[in-house]
Parts: sequence; C-alpha cells; structure tokens
Amino acid sequence: MDLRICHLYGDLMSIYGDRGNVLTLQRRAEWRGIAATVETVSAGDRLDPERFDLYFFGGGQDAQQDIVAADLAGPNGVALKEAIAGGAAVLSVCGGYQLLGHFYRPFEGPELPGVSALDVHTVAGRRRFIGNVVATAEQPLVGFENHSGLTYLGPNAKPLATIEVGAGNNGEDGSEGAVQGKVIGTYLHGSLLPKNPWLADKVITWALERRNGHVDLPALDDTAEREAREHAIALAHKRR
Amino acid sequence: MVVLPARSLAALIAAKLTRAALRLTGRGATTLPGLAALSLDPAVAAHIAARLPKGVVVVSGTNGKTTTSRMLADVVRLSGWHPVHNRAGSNLARGVAAALVADATWIGEPRADGAIFEVDEASIVTVARLVRPRVLVITNLFRDQLDRYGELDTVARRMRDAAAALPVQATLVLNADDPIVNLVGDNFAGKVIRFGIDDATVHGALAQNVSDLTHCPRCRARLRYDRVVLGHVGDYRCPNCGFARPHPEVAATQVESDAEGTRFVLGAGEGAAVRVPLPGVYNAYNALAAIAAGHALGIEATTAARAIGSFRPAFGRLELVEAEGRRLRLVLVKNPAGFNAAAATLLSRVGSVRLLTALNDLDADGRDVSWIWDADFEALAPRIEWAVVTGLRSRDLALRLKYAGLKPDRTYVVDGWDDAVRDVLRRSRPGDEIDVLATYTATLALRRTLSRMGYAKEFWQD
Repeated sequence: MDLRICHLYGDLMSIYGDRGNVLTLQRRAEWRGIAATVETVSAGDRLDPERFDLYFFGGGQDAQQDIVAADLAGPNGVALKEAIAGGAAVLSVCGGYQLLGHFYRPFEGPELPGVSALDVHTVAGRRRFIGNVVATAEQPLVGFENHSGLTYLGPNAKPLATIEVGAGNNGEDGSEGAVQGKVIGTYLHGSLLPKNPWLADKVITWALERRNGHVDLPALDDTAEREAREHAIALAHKRR
Repeated sequence: MVVLPARSLAALIAAKLTRAALRLTGRGATTLPGLAALSLDPAVAAHIAARLPKGVVVVSGTNGKTTTSRMLADVVRLSGWHPVHNRAGSNLARGVAAALVADATWIGEPRADGAIFEVDEASIVTVARLVRPRVLVITNLFRDQLDRYGELDTVARRMRDAAAALPVQATLVLNADDPIVNLVGDNFAGKVIRFGIDDATVHGALAQNVSDLTHCPRCRARLRYDRVVLGHVGDYRCPNCGFARPHPEVAATQVESDAEGTRFVLGAGEGAAVRVPLPGVYNAYNALAAIAAGHALGIEATTAARAIGSFRPAFGRLELVEAEGRRLRLVLVKNPAGFNAAAATLLSRVGSVRLLTALNDLDADGRDVSWIWDADFEALAPRIEWAVVTGLRSRDLALRLKYAGLKPDRTYVVDGWDDAVRDVLRRSRPGDEIDVLATYTATLALRRTLSRMGYAKEFWQD
C-alpha cells in the first residue's frame, strides 16, 4: 500500500503551518509502513485526476489566491472535481476551503468563483476572527483561526464540528468547517493535523480506500499528540 | 532655545516622572514613560526629534533590526555622534517616545545630537510621521506573526506608506537581495542606497521551503532565482516584467563565516575588509545594512567597518551567558526565517547540539504557534543530543520535534523557567555549550531567571 499526496498549489497557498499538515499526513502513513509521496501541483501545471489519493489545499495571501482561483477556473478545476468523483480525499484549510466552495464575494469587485466541491459560499466580513479555537466533532478539534471571510453551509455540506471557543465558519451559527463526501474544509491552522491526529488518520484512511478497498489503520503511540492537544484546549478555555 | 507648548511640556514631565518612579522601584522603564507621553501629547516626541541636529535614522524589517540598529549606533558614535537609541528592545511608537523623553531635559531640549531607532513593522508608518527620519533602513521582510502583522503583502504596503511619509531629502536604504524590500524603492522620489551579497558561493545551507514569495511582487509572474541565500532572499529576476535584483551600491564579496564570526570585503575586492564578530550570513546582511546607512549619513566604510569589528550583540541576539561553567547561547527566534537562520548557524559548528527551547504564545510572541511547522526542525533534529522544552506551548514544540524525527526519549518537557534551567544544568557538564532558542517573552523570562540565579544581568541595564 502506498499513499500519493498532492500539495495543491503548495508554492502559492502555504500560509502559516500548512506544511505541518502535509508533514503529518506523510509521517503518520510512514510510521505504519505505508510509503507516502508528496508532489506539488501549481498554477499552470496540468493536474492528472488519476494520480493522487489525497489533496491538501492550504491558505494563501489575497494576491496568490487570485492566481489560484484563475487557474481553478480552467481545466485544473475540472480535473480536481473528477479526482473527487473518483474517490480521492481532500483536506482544505482557510483560503483553500473558500475556493472549494461556490464563490467568495469580496466587498468590492467581482465574485471569485470556486469549484463547488463543497456546498458552501463565503462573503467578506468586516471583522477578523483571530484566536484559538476549540470545537467538538466525533473527537475534540483544536486549532487557531485567522480569517475575515464568513462561510455559510448549504444543505449538501455538513459542519465538521461545533464551536466551543472561537468563531468558526461565520461567528453566527456555531459551526466550524464542512464535510461533503470525502472533502473537508476548515478554518483551523495550528497546524491543524499534528494536534488532531484522529482527523489526520480519517483523511489517510479515506485516501487509501480509493485504491485498496476497506482500510483499518493500526493505532500509533499518540502520547505527545494527546498532551499537546489537551494543553492547547486548556489554554484556549482559559484565555477565551 | 525653543520652549515646548504647555501641553507637550506637561506630557514630557508626566513621562519623566513615570520613568523616575519605575526606576526607583527597580524596574526597567523602556515603554511606560513613552506611553504616558504619547497618550498626553504625541507631538512631544515629534518636538524633541525635530531638534536633533543630525536627524533620525529608523531601522525596520522582519529580522535583524535590533542587531543592525545597534551596529549603526556604534558606527555613528565612532564618527562623533552622541545618538539616542532605543536599545532595550522596545520598538513600538511608545518605545521611541520613551527614548526621546528619557534623553530630553525637563524642558524638552534633547541632549543627544541624533537618533537611531529600531521600529516594529506594525508601528513604522506612525513613527515615520512622528520623527521624520532622514534615513529609513529596511533589512528584510518575511512572514512573521500573521495574527499581529497580517500578510506579507500588508507589511510591504506599510513599508511603502512609511517611505512615502519621509521628507523629500530622505534616503532609503534597502536590501537589494530581498525582492519585496527592493520594491519599496519603486516610485520613491528621494535617494535609494541598496546593499547585498555579491558572492556566488553564498547560498542557503538549508532547504528553502517557506513560500513567502514565489511570484514577482510587481507583475505576479513566477520569479526565477539564480541563487537563494535565505527564504526568498537571493539573486532573483522576473522573466516577464524585467523586475530583477539591482546591483547593490554597498556589496559584500569574498564572504566567509564560521563559529567565530563573518568576514567579507566591500565592493569588487578593493574595498574595506569587514569582520563581524557574529556568526551567520544573516549577520553579514546586518553589517551591510549598517554600513549602507552609514554611507547615507556620509560616514566612511572604513570607519563603519572599525565600529562593527568591536560590536557586542544585544539582548537575546546570540548572547552568551555563563552558568556553572556551561556556556548558554541565547538566540531569539520568532518566525520561520529567523529560526532557519539560527539553525543554519548552529549547524555550521561541529558536534552535537544540546538545546533549551521555549515557545510562548503571548501577544509579543505571536499568538499563533503554527509558524513552528514552517521552521526547518528537520535539519536540526539529526544533530540534537537532547532538547529541554519549556514555555506556555512546550507541548507543541515537543510534538514538532517528534515529527521532525527526534526520538521522543531525547525530548524533555519541563514546566517552569527555573526548573527548565536547572534541568539543563543537570543534563550538561562544565565546558558544554547549550543553544537556547526561544520566542520573545520566553527569552525575557529565561533571561530574568538566569539573572535571578546570578548568571546574567538584567537586559535593560545594557
């Protein structure tokens, strides 16, 4: 068994700690004896929808996000949707999450179209949400958010988690992130995956199942992960 | 003698009383007096600054501003200035105001004849408008504390606004090797002096995986690099619009760096030889920035080189502390580029690395600890003998070391600054060197602890 990871627009969309997510996916596969490769596909490259089991799509600065949105409006957006239909898993954070939705509407200027892989849309907000986040999913999630976009879910997307501390998708409905099939979007940096290994393992499992049928990942010694997560949760509650 | 307006005078006196009270209670007075002055009357700082005959130099940028401004203070002193300088690392508008107030007499007459200020990127526009600098030096711009500074593009825009606020006769001193800094010179009406490294043998010792800037800041096409020194700093050109590294007026050639320090020759080999008593190529950049700023002020490169040759580093910038026969080497790290520069320097020495590392997430450190995942711990991990990990986010740091490949039994998480220092002393032997990599408030805390244990002096006594 091997895991083929694509760091989607990794040179353009890699803001604070996105690299930690890719590293975590790779290490947690390798620690189980599963060879993992990471390739970056960027604007102007040609995305082969057959090639990858897992896509990581991170956040970026506004200018870079424009380049990426333009590229996704072409054949690469079509290829990404084909890949998803073919069973690939996707984890997107912040800017990547927004671009997987239907659109991003800024205060001024035209809407930035997304690829509609997630039934969500995002509008520019006046306030910037910056701070630690604790949320509840099937297990606790902890991270750090830094966004002003307000994301709203449509009926086909389910919230990834429910907010305990922080703002999440829009600061209104208590939801954080979105899941639709094997596509996940979230606002959580931190990096997200090192302190939330259960989510990393879930995405790895989904990805491996694309070519291997049912997969049961053996457990790892997650003492350090658990300690980091528990401390981060306690700090976030203390400082809320 | 010009008398201050009553309001400014009141602000000045309030600030001076605050300072005196803080000193009486044995505390460093590096920002509160400035805050008092600024909240009563911001013009007080402007009044004092405007009356410095040699004018004001401001140094800003992501990394190296403390070292560069201290080097520059030494350079101008050697050429006869008596500058006021915000030495103790308080680099917001209030720190600048505090330094000016401390220097001025009770009626607002400066005792100094000029000023060298290190200024935080977030405060640069305010300070530029307040003190009207004669020279603005920008060392480099990297991603740093996104929660506080915003995106790199935002910081770059702030630098351009600061440049636009300069008096017409002002000089910009820019790092030619940093494309985003170089771009600040675009459309600048005044004089620009650029510095850089003109040595093809100088390139990054570490894999460069921090993608701050992969595309042309002018036209957004992909930049081409013939040589990368650190992050996005190097020899770049844009194949689309022709934006490219300009030839720097102040250039280092024949660069050599080892554990003792860094040496280079200015110009095409005929210029002054410079010896920087600090290791790391990034300190060559700091020295170049100070020499170029000196040049902007009409100071000979040979004078600048002499001052830099006897430079002593600042708080937390490669400072050595002796403790029970061990040498602790304190380096402040606060963003991936700074960490990688520190790691490269550390790896250029032989032997294994004993590490005390501390991560805090208070405002001054950046509340988002994600940055540690962009820092190249992978390069460091194979050389670590053991790492004592502490700070408010010690568990995040321990986890980072685990994913970097350090065996968990070599990482020791210790809560409490005293206990962390004691643990390091217990694990090491006299004669050992220990590298201390810590964020801003963690460095402060460790420094205070070392001071209380009798190993280091309080930093504000510098």
